[in-house]
Amino acid sequence: MPDYLPHTGEDLADMLGFLGLSSLEELFASVPAALRLAAGLGLPEGVPEPDVLARASARGAANAAAGLVCFAGAGAYDHEVPPVVRALAGRSEFVTAYTPYQPEVAQGGLQAIFEFQTMVSRLYGLPIANASLYDGASALVEAVNLGTGSTGRDGVVVSAGVHPHWRSALRTFAAGTGHRVLEAPLVEGVTDWSALEAEGEVGVVVAAYPNYLGCLEDLGPARRLADERGALLAIAADPVGAAIVRSPADWGADVAVGEGQPFGTALSFGGPYLGLFCCAASHVRRLPGRLVGETLDADGRLAYVTTLRAREQDIRREKATSNVCTNQTLMALTAAVQLGWLGTAGLAEVATRCACGARYCRDAMLRLDGVEPLTGSTPTLREFALHLPIPADLAIERLADEGYLAGVALDALVGEDGDGSLGADSASHGLLVAVTERRTKDEIDGLVAALGKAVR
Amino acid sequence: MAASGGRASSAPLLGRDNEPTIFELSRPGRASWQLPTTGLPETPLADLVPAEHRRGAPVGIAEVSERDLVGHFTRLSHRQYSVDLGAYPLGSCTMKYNPKVCDAVAGLPGLAGVHPAAPAPLVQGWLATLVALEEALCEIAGMAAATLQPAAGAAGELTGLLLMRAYDEARGERRRRVIIPDSAHGTNPASVTLGGYETTTVRSDERGLVDLEALRAVLDTDVAGMMLTNPNTLGLFEEDIAQIASAVHEVGGLMYYDGANLNAILGVVRPGDMGFDIVHLNLHKTFATPHGGGGPGAGPVAVAPHLAEFLPGPRPVRLPGEGAEVRYGWQTPRRSIGRVHGWHGNALVLARALAYIEVHGGDGLHRVAERAVLNANWIRKRLSSTFDVAFDRPCMHEVVFSAAALHRRTGSSAFDVAKGLIEEGFHPPTVAFPLIVDDALMVEPTETESYETLVALAEGLERVAARAHEGTLEGAPRTTPVRRVDEARAARTLVPTFDAVGKQK
Ligand SMILES: Cc1ncc(COP(=O)(O)O)c(C=O)c1O
Repeated sequence: MPDYLPHTGEDLADMLGFLGLSSLEELFASVPAALRLAAGLGLPEGVPEPDVLARASARGAANAAAGLVCFAGAGAYDHEVPPVVRALAGRSEFVTAYTPYQPEVAQGGLQAIFEFQTMVSRLYGLPIANASLYDGASALVEAVNLGTGSTGRDGVVVSAGVHPHWRSALRTFAAGTGHRVLEAPLVEGVTDWSALEAEGEVGVVVAAYPNYLGCLEDLGPARRLADERGALLAIAADPVGAAIVRSPADWGADVAVGEGQPFGTALSFGGPYLGLFCCAASHVRRLPGRLVGETLDADGRLAYVTTLRAREQDIRREKATSNVCTNQTLMALTAAVQLGWLGTAGLAEVATRCACGARYCRDAMLRLDGVEPLTGSTPTLREFALHLPIPADLAIERLADEGYLAGVALDALVGEDGDGSLGADSASHGLLVAVTERRTKDEIDGLVAALGKAVR
Repeated sequence: MAASGGRASSAPLLGRDNEPTIFELSRPGRASWQLPTTGLPETPLADLVPAEHRRGAPVGIAEVSERDLVGHFTRLSHRQYSVDLGAYPLGSCTMKYNPKVCDAVAGLPGLAGVHPAAPAPLVQGWLATLVALEEALCEIAGMAAATLQPAAGAAGELTGLLLMRAYDEARGERRRRVIIPDSAHGTNPASVTLGGYETTTVRSDERGLVDLEALRAVLDTDVAGMMLTNPNTLGLFEEDIAQIASAVHEVGGLMYYDGANLNAILGVVRPGDMGFDIVHLNLHKTFATPHGGGGPGAGPVAVAPHLAEFLPGPRPVRLPGEGAEVRYGWQTPRRSIGRVHGWHGNALVLARALAYIEVHGGDGLHRVAERAVLNANWIRKRLSSTFDVAFDRPCMHEVVFSAAALHRRTGSSAFDVAKGLIEEGFHPPTVAFPLIVDDALMVEPTETESYETLVALAEGLERVAARAHEGTLEGAPRTTPVRRVDEARAARTLVPTFDAVGKQK
C-alpha cells in the first residue's frame, strides 16, 4: 500500500550499498538484540486514508454534543469563526513551520506573533505580552510562578472564582514548586478575601474577571490585599469580556492571563487552546516562554526575532523562568487573524452581543418557576449561574433530547461536594449558561421553553 | 530552480519588501466583520455593564477590509519557510511531512465542534478516540497506561516528574535529585526544577553515551530518577541502557524517557522493554502533527503499571459492562496528582496522531523508523569528509556534525553554515545543540525526504563548506526577505509591541 515514504526499491539498495549494509535491519546493530521487539508492534496493519477518514467521521458522528445548540461556556465558547480566518490561519506556511529558530526564513510567523502580542497588550492594558502558553490554566500557573519568584514569597491566595480546573492545575503544580495555595471563598459570586487575613507570607493574589460563575466583582479589595502583603496581583480575565469591561491593568494587575480560545479557535473538545500572558514592564526578565521583538537586519531593514532568550530553558536550563518550549503559536496567529477581522468595532460588538444575549436569556430563565439566581444580585456579563429545582445534569440530559447543550453542570466542574465557590446543593443544582453572539432569539426562546418543561 | 524532492529554491521565500503591520494598514471606517442575525432586542451597553465595571475606551485593534486582511496574512505567509515548501532537517525536531488527511480529521465538525464540558454520553466518539490513542501509544511505548493531558513535551516532562514525586511520597520518601546526561535538552533540567528536584548532570563518555562509571558515582538513595532520551540527542543509541536502568532501579530511582527521539525506534525497541517507567511522547514530532510555527503539540505521558494510580485525571476509560456496545466514561485514578491541563489535552492534535497511527499501522510505523535511520546514516557518511562527525559511529535518526575544525580554519562557524544553507533552498539543521559538541550541526532528515532530496541537501552543505573555504560565506543569507538579524539590538532596545515602536532610546 502506498504511504508517505518516497524510497523506491532501487533507492534502498543504493543507499544501503553506500553504507556497506545488506539490510535495513543492520541499521539497528547498536540496539541490543535482547531488547528488540521480536514480533513487531501489536497494532493493526495500516489502512488507506479514505478508511481512516471514514472511521474518524464515524467517531465524530458518535459525538451527539456536536449537533446541539451550544449554551455551554466555562472558559470554552462557541464564537463565530468566519471562512476568511480559517483560510488564512490554515495556510500551510504557518501550519507546517517549526519554532522560528532561523529568523531570516520565519519573518511571516514572527511578525504575526508581534501583532498578536500588541493586540493582547492593548486588550489587557499591560505592555508585555508573550507569544502564548498552552492554555488559560497553564498561563495562570506561570503567572503564579512569576509572582512568587519576583516577591520571593511562596504563599498564593486564589479567589475561588477562578475556574475550578485552573485552580486544580495550580494545586497539581504546587506539589513541585512548594507553593502554599490558599483559596478565598465566594459568597454570592463575590470573593471574600477577609478569610485569609491571618495567613502567612503572600507572594501573589489571584482574581478572575468575570469570575467563572460569570460575575463582575469589584477587584479593589484584591488590589488592596496585594498591596498590604507586598504581593503581586494576577487577574485571569475573559478576553472577550475585556473588550467592554475594565482591563486588568485598570484594576492594577501586575500580571494578566486568559484563555484565548474565543479568538478564532473552535471548541475542539478543549484543545489546542491558547494561554494569554501579559505583564508589567518591570517583570519582563521573568516572562515565561517566547517573546518576539523588533530589530534590524544587516542591511538596516526592519526585522523580527525572538528576544530576551536568556530567560528560556535552552539557554538557562535549570534556572530558566519556565520549562515551556513548544507553545501554541498557531492559535496565537489565529487570534491575530481573528482580531484583525473583528477590528476595533467588531470586537466590542461581539462582547456586547454576548452580554445582550446573556441578559435576555437570564431574564427569561429567571421567570421560570423554581429557577433562582445562584449569585444573588451580583452583576454578570456573558455567562451566569442558576439554581434549578432539579439536578443540573438531569436538566442537561433532558435538554439534549430537545437539541440543546443547555450549559455546564457545576458539579462537573467543582465535584459533588462543592468547593470554596459553592456548597454541595448549589453544585448539584447549579447550571452555568453562556450565550455568544452566535445564539439567536429563536434558539434562546427554544432553550428557555425546553428548560421550563424539563424542570416542571 | 526547485529541484525534485524537498529542495525549495535558492531564494526560498518571496517578500523582499517589508510588510507593514496590520496597525499601519488600518484606516478608520474600514471593517471586515460580519456577525449572524440574531433577532435579539438590543440593550445599550450602559444597561449591560455597570458604570464601575465599564471599559473607558474601546480596544484599538485595527480597521481593515477583508481584502486587506487576506493580502496581509498571505504576504506574511510568503515570508515563512515550512515543511510543505521544502526539507526541514532541524535536528531533534523531527520535521517530517504532515499528512493532509490528519488535518481533514481535525477539521471534522463532529470532532472540532464539541464542547469539552459536554457530558460523557454526548461525547462517546471523542472518548473512543482518546482511548484508542492511549492504547496505541501504550503499545508503542511498552507501557500500561497514559495521560493525554500534557500539551507538549515539556509539559509531559513536568507531569512525569510530579508522578515521580507522588510515587516517592507514597513510599514515604523524599528524594531530592534527578539525573540527566550532559547531552539533555534544556527542557529536562528546567522541568526538574519545577518538579521540586535538583539536577545532577552526568557526563557522556568518548562514545557519546552515558558514562556508566560516572553515573554509578552519583547514584544513591537520594536519586528520584533519571531522565534520558534514547537514542540520545547525539543521535546515538545508548547501548548500555539495560545496565543504566538497572543501576537506577537498584537505588530505588525511576527511569524517565524523553520521547523526542522515538521516531528512530518505532517498532524496533520499546522504552518499556529498555527499563523505562515513565515515557512522554512528542506527538508533534514522531506522529507528524504539524508544529504550527511553534505549537501546538501534545506530550502524552505513559507509565508502567506501578505508576498508573498517580496519573492525572479525569482519564477517558472504557466502561465495564456487558453487551456488544462499548460505552466510555471518565475516571480519576485513586491517587491522581490532579489536572495538568484546563481540559483534556490538545484534543485535535491527539485526533491527528491517531489518524497517523491508523494509516501507518504497526508495520508502517516500523518502516518509518527504518527509513528515518537510513536517511540519517546516508547523510552522515556522505558528509563525513566535509564536516567532522561529532561521534563517528553509525547513528540513528539524526547525526551531529561539528563545524569546529572548519570554524578554526576558515572563520565560518556552524551558525554561518546554517545561514549559507538557507541560500541553497533548505531550512538549516539545528545549531548550538547539543551543548557538548562545539559548533554543532544537528541534521535530522526524517523518513519523508527522498534520496534526491538528500543528495541535494548534501550537495548544498558541501557547497556551503566550499564557500567557507573561499571566504564567501560571510553575510549569508542574501536571498531571504531579511538578512541576518541583529539579535543583540532586539534585546537591548526591547520593542515587543507596535506600541513600543519609537519609544526606545
Ligand atoms: C530532546 C528534546 N526533549 C524535549 C523537548 C521538548 O518538547 P516540547 O517542545 O514539545 O516541549 C524537545 C523539543 O524541542 C527535544 O528535542
